[in-house]
Amino acid sequence: MSAQDPIAAFRVEAGELLGDIEQALLDLSHDLTSHDLVDSVFRGLHTLKGSGAMFGFDALAGFTHHCETAFDRVRKGQVPATEELVTVILSAMDHMQALVDGDGAGLEAVGDEILGRLHQAIGAADASVAVEPTAASVAAPLSAPAASGWRITFRLPTDCMTNGTNPLMLLDELRSLGDAKVTAQTDQIPSLDELDASQCHLGWQVELRGDASRADIEDVFIFVMDDMTLDIVPIEADDADETQAEAAPTTALAADTGSVASTQATPAAIEPGTGDAARNAKVAPAKAQESVRVPAERLDVLMDRVGELVIVQSRLAQLSNQGVRGPAGELALRSVAEDIERLASELRDTMMVLRMVPVASLFGRFRRLVHDLARETGKTIELSTHGETTEVDKTVIERLADPMVHLIRNACDHGLETPEERVAAGKPEAGHVTLSAHQAGGEVLITIRDDGRGINRERVRAKAEAQGLIEPGAQISDSELLQMIFHPGFSTAAQVTNLSGRGVGMDVVKRTIESLRGTIDITSNPGDGSTVVLRIPLTLAIIEGLLVRVGEGCYVIPLAVVEECIELSLEEDMRSRGRSFITLRDRLVPFIRLREMFATGTKPDPHQKIVVITTGGERVGLVVDQIIGSHQTVIKSMSPLHRDVATFAGATILGDGSVALILDAVQLVAFGQEQEERLRAAG
Amino acid sequence: MQDTLTPISAANWDADGQLEVLTFDLAGETFAVEAMLVREILDLLPETIVPGASPLVRSVVNFRGKIIPIADLRLAFDMPAAENTIDSRIIVIEIAIDGEPTQIGIRTDKVHEVATLNHADSEKPPVVGMRWRREFVHELVRQAGGIVVLPDLSAIFNTKSPESGTAYPAVAS
Repeated sequence: MSAQDPIAAFRVEAGELLGDIEQALLDLSHDLTSHDLVDSVFRGLHTLKGSGAMFGFDALAGFTHHCETAFDRVRKGQVPATEELVTVILSAMDHMQALVDGDGAGLEAVGDEILGRLHQAIGAADASVAVEPTAASVAAPLSAPAASGWRITFRLPTDCMTNGTNPLMLLDELRSLGDAKVTAQTDQIPSLDELDASQCHLGWQVELRGDASRADIEDVFIFVMDDMTLDIVPIEADDADETQAEAAPTTALAADTGSVASTQATPAAIEPGTGDAARNAKVAPAKAQESVRVPAERLDVLMDRVGELVIVQSRLAQLSNQGVRGPAGELALRSVAEDIERLASELRDTMMVLRMVPVASLFGRFRRLVHDLARETGKTIELSTHGETTEVDKTVIERLADPMVHLIRNACDHGLETPEERVAAGKPEAGHVTLSAHQAGGEVLITIRDDGRGINRERVRAKAEAQGLIEPGAQISDSELLQMIFHPGFSTAAQVTNLSGRGVGMDVVKRTIESLRGTIDITSNPGDGSTVVLRIPLTLAIIEGLLVRVGEGCYVIPLAVVEECIELSLEEDMRSRGRSFITLRDRLVPFIRLREMFATGTKPDPHQKIVVITTGGERVGLVVDQIIGSHQTVIKSMSPLHRDVATFAGATILGDGSVALILDAVQLVAFGQEQEERLRAAG
Repeated sequence: MQDTLTPISAANWDADGQLEVLTFDLAGETFAVEAMLVREILDLLPETIVPGASPLVRSVVNFRGKIIPIADLRLAFDMPAAENTIDSRIIVIEIAIDGEPTQIGIRTDKVHEVATLNHADSEKPPVVGMRWRREFVHELVRQAGGIVVLPDLSAIFNTKSPESGTAYPAVAS
């Protein structure tokens, strides 16, 4: 994050701010009376407006200003926070994100449309308030423009300058609002020997003439307001015309934006689309500039390790200068080697931890999604999350986002029933979606659970039969039936809604999870809802592997998929010339001769081994020449020129510096299944 | 295929019409790669064959902890395979593949020198009289010792091994 483009830095900062505001808004939608949340939304918007203007994002600053104004009124109790307002501001946030990411060209219409809705929301709230005469009368003088000016008297806390507050800048800001006459109040300045030059002893009185509103003035003091004394009184009106001239534009604006909103034929239908666009846009620049927040203590640990490494390195240098002589020298060398080994593995572990980020950052995004989904479907959906502190590799988090969006959409759209259906089924009206994460061994389990209607077996079966995936009336197990939904083009939704059918099918979800070397399991009880469990390895960079030799080449099989290793006996080998099957505990397991598949052109070893691997309940045997042993495998990606070779998931470097390829278990099993089907068809 | 005219392949002749290149031998012909693209010249390394990969890049090596493919340009130019010799070297170049900067090792029979070519001496490959695929040759440059071939590396590596199998012989399996 050092010396970088300030615009880029602002984008990152704005992204974080928007994220914070969004969280606060979502919290607010659950607790509409919370002043703290209203304040934090307001502060966020205000900061965004300020820094947006500073970096030349004028469209953003202008747009944000309106939202801020709206929230300011909420803050002051002039209008209540409503669900409607939160929703409008949420869509406004998407627009702000778009303005942050782009130059705002062509987005004015969207912005105006949102502002129109904003005014409606505020207006509606106003109307409800207007019933109470007191509130209305409070609102009137505040929202009305200043008569002809204000007399502002303020005094800052004496230690304000140590906090970086500069009274001169406040005065400058006031001057920018209109014609200001500033008088300093010097009555509290102590005598010279008691004077502390670092403290602020002055107060000010400012007579501000012009059309600034009270809110404008208060804005100036927003960051210091808590500790200061501020007194704003209107100067007696001496020109009524000015007042009216000021009032006119406000109503004109409201009318103008209101008409834009009404010309939008289907503002509600547009909203999800723009929301998506904004989210997509959010992904793109994030890629351009990735940054990870690392707790300082983890960096300290890393620093310690590096320090130790430097010491060991100097010991090694000394040793090489002296030369290794005699047993004592050898011992010294060995001890250095051991130290380096220990440090290397500690460094590796520390480094891995640096890449870990809590899943809270992932789960946080879904609150908004569920909020939007609830509105779109008209269902009441509660989202609860557990285990947000579970940490996962940063790359994994990023790649999990899309599949999880799909799974959550499925849960909300297909899984949960409408409130009426739920009540009829004796369930609480609000549907519940639970996201939880926890670590188990080298894996992270992410669970998405809904308490909806569950997967309709009949419909899955009917669909599978219609698509020819299973024979009509065939006996298949429940889990096999549920696996059907992962087939490409498989959708059981009787009607394609706005939410489903966006081109990401369950097959894509499965593929993404498998590309992370994870697995996906579904359990579902009719009437009770469904549970999807994603098992994801903690990190992508290092795996336990089984090193095997085929011909002259060494290959790594991820140990996680290895079920067992058996010997391919000579007679089994002879027998299996015609059919590549072995019987393993009363089950036929097809096997692949890697030597043939890789066309090594070498003679097979006399004692070949079969490594049985399993993914998703399917097993396949891999015939190898020799099993060398387990191997800590640092995964390196293959060059783009080799991306089309699907058999390999990557490569690794062995102890002697040579390269070993890592087999892609999913591909191999698929290959084995294909072979099995071919044989079945032939036989 | 989309970028047969990437900035890289469109040899960056400088304002004076000159180009610094590294020249090397391949099956008796002199080739040249732009010096700008060259990262390193290596002795031969133990190679690991990638079964199922395009024969042009059938193996990978460990280049300072990175796995990079080793390309045999002979295949792109229909030259007979040859044994490695004591002069054989690998030139590591970096070009964009699918828009991604990628390091590739090119196996050569012998590496000569860094030379300066003059644009005035260069010609587009003739339409007839060349048995090589024309799109793989960027330019031919006359030099004192003969012709220097400036291959279009971007075209060679961005061309997917076609199904028709005309570019590279099919995998023997």
